[in-house]
Amino acid sequence: MSPSDRLEVLKTYKLFINGAFPRTESGRSLLVEDKRGKPLAHLCHASRKDLRNAVVAARKAAPGWAKRSAYNRTQILYRMAEMLEGKSQEFTDVIASTVPGGKSRASREVAAAVDRLVAYAGWADKFGQVLGCNNPVAAPFYNFTIAEAMGVVCVVAPAEEPLLGLISLLAPAICAGNTAVVVGSSEHPLATAILGEVCATSDVPAGVVNLLTGQRPELLEVMAGHRDVDAISAAGCTKAERTTLELGAAENLKRVTVDTSKGKEWYDLERMNSPYRIQPFVEMKTIWHPSGA
Amino acid sequence: MPNRTVDKVAVEARAASFKTRSIKKESKRQGLLMVASMIDLTTLEGKDSAAKVRALCQKAIQPDASLPHVPPVAAVCVYPRWVSLARELVGDHGVMVASVATAFPSGQVDLPTKLADVREAVEAGADEIDMVIHRGAFLAGQLQVVADEIRAVKDACGTAHLKVILETGELETYDNVVRASELSIAAGADFIKTSTGKVSPAATMSVTLVMLETIRSHFLATGQMIGMKPAGGISTAKDALHYLAMLKETLGDAWLTPQWFRFGASSLLNDVLLQLHRLESGQYTAHYDVTES
Repeated sequence: MSPSDRLEVLKTYKLFINGAFPRTESGRSLLVEDKRGKPLAHLCHASRKDLRNAVVAARKAAPGWAKRSAYNRTQILYRMAEMLEGKSQEFTDVIASTVPGGKSRASREVAAAVDRLVAYAGWADKFGQVLGCNNPVAAPFYNFTIAEAMGVVCVVAPAEEPLLGLISLLAPAICAGNTAVVVGSSEHPLATAILGEVCATSDVPAGVVNLLTGQRPELLEVMAGHRDVDAISAAGCTKAERTTLELGAAENLKRVTVDTSKGKEWYDLERMNSPYRIQPFVEMKTIWHPSGA
Repeated sequence: MPNRTVDKVAVEARAASFKTRSIKKESKRQGLLMVASMIDLTTLEGKDSAAKVRALCQKAIQPDASLPHVPPVAAVCVYPRWVSLARELVGDHGVMVASVATAFPSGQVDLPTKLADVREAVEAGADEIDMVIHRGAFLAGQLQVVADEIRAVKDACGTAHLKVILETGELETYDNVVRASELSIAAGADFIKTSTGKVSPAATMSVTLVMLETIRSHFLATGQMIGMKPAGGISTAKDALHYLAMLKETLGDAWLTPQWFRFGASSLLNDVLLQLHRLESGQYTAHYDVTES
């Protein structure tokens, strides 16, 4: 048999929930085609119950992840960057064949995503020093403010820069000790699907990163209203989607951050590697400690 | 005693078939309310205190103040030393007081001590006694010893109902479960109960099915109804609904009441309440939506 006769094996991607790769409970799938309309892969079309299961996993993982030393979170994020780098060819290929722009654009996006992870790996044990402070008080107390993880953050990835955009929202959230449930871009979901393989092989504890592929409109409202989600970090939202998020979030006062970055802005290091992108996903705690005058 | 053999494969396949039932919307709501009314809300910890028993009784009487249509649970289940307090707290709200006795959970003391344990609980106001059988004697083939103990305990109970705990996790085979069930029923059990909750595996669908079928055989032969209480390890509303489907299809509607079927559980009630909240609000719930139990 000559190589050209060989039947190509198309990959079927599954969800990534609680450190495992389950199929969607709905049994639905999506076909991804390349820019020429040739089938590229099948992946799971997640339902609201998959989202619920992911939130349960994230909630369970949250205390343990927040309790890890900041230094250890640094190591694990860096490890993610290493594994992403190792898979950069695969990411480049699927992004180039599905997202507008050529191979060099795709390769630039993947490289920037790796670098972004490295940047936030660095911030994991440093952002506390930037966001926290000592407060002068007129009493015999040592008064200081520290940043603590919020809990479960839902990430809604943009269609533009499907990998870099996702990483740019995910990294600040998990670097601060939150766990995340990511809904990948509906238009370009492959990067989200493959990222599960990166997480699974990079010491990320089960449940810290959960990745769903599916139709964004279907999941957005459920996510916004979910009372066990503490914050939402979204990008590439329409006005209507933003309204949905804010309305649902009012239910349990979850914090909604909508990133409006576009085009080149995703590559702007000053803007995107800033520790202030971590700030929306921490709670500030102020402590009064007797200081004996 | 007739020497029958349980078909392990068939029982497990039949029990698993109940897990595929989809119970939604209004039937789910009705089912959840029925589950709540059948719970023996249990605390059997070394660290139990008066405060814990107070909280338990309050929750038993009114499971959730924001869901006033949820009925009180069937009973609270406590150690003998907490019976009089529980009796006083549940008053005339229709919640029974059940107490484990006979040196729960091992049952490894002499009969006079067991009987004293039972009498004390009954005098303190227990409506129901959950006894453990002498598994050591049972497995050694001393069935008469086991039966005599149950009969003596039944006498000591007076008007209190007797639930006999087989501790199926220690009985090793389904044949033994059938034998122990038949023996307990013959010796005067009002209810047969799977487990103490202190041994793994506790209640499983298959072992419960075996016991339900023994109850059915006894009913068909004598016309006498016996109650069933799976206990331990049933912590989700979904599991509980599967048990109800199994109960209905094995013993029929007559058993679908707290008089003949109970769940021994501590965390099941909270999951039932969370599911009811979800049905009411349409939103997924958070752990802080219910009180600790």
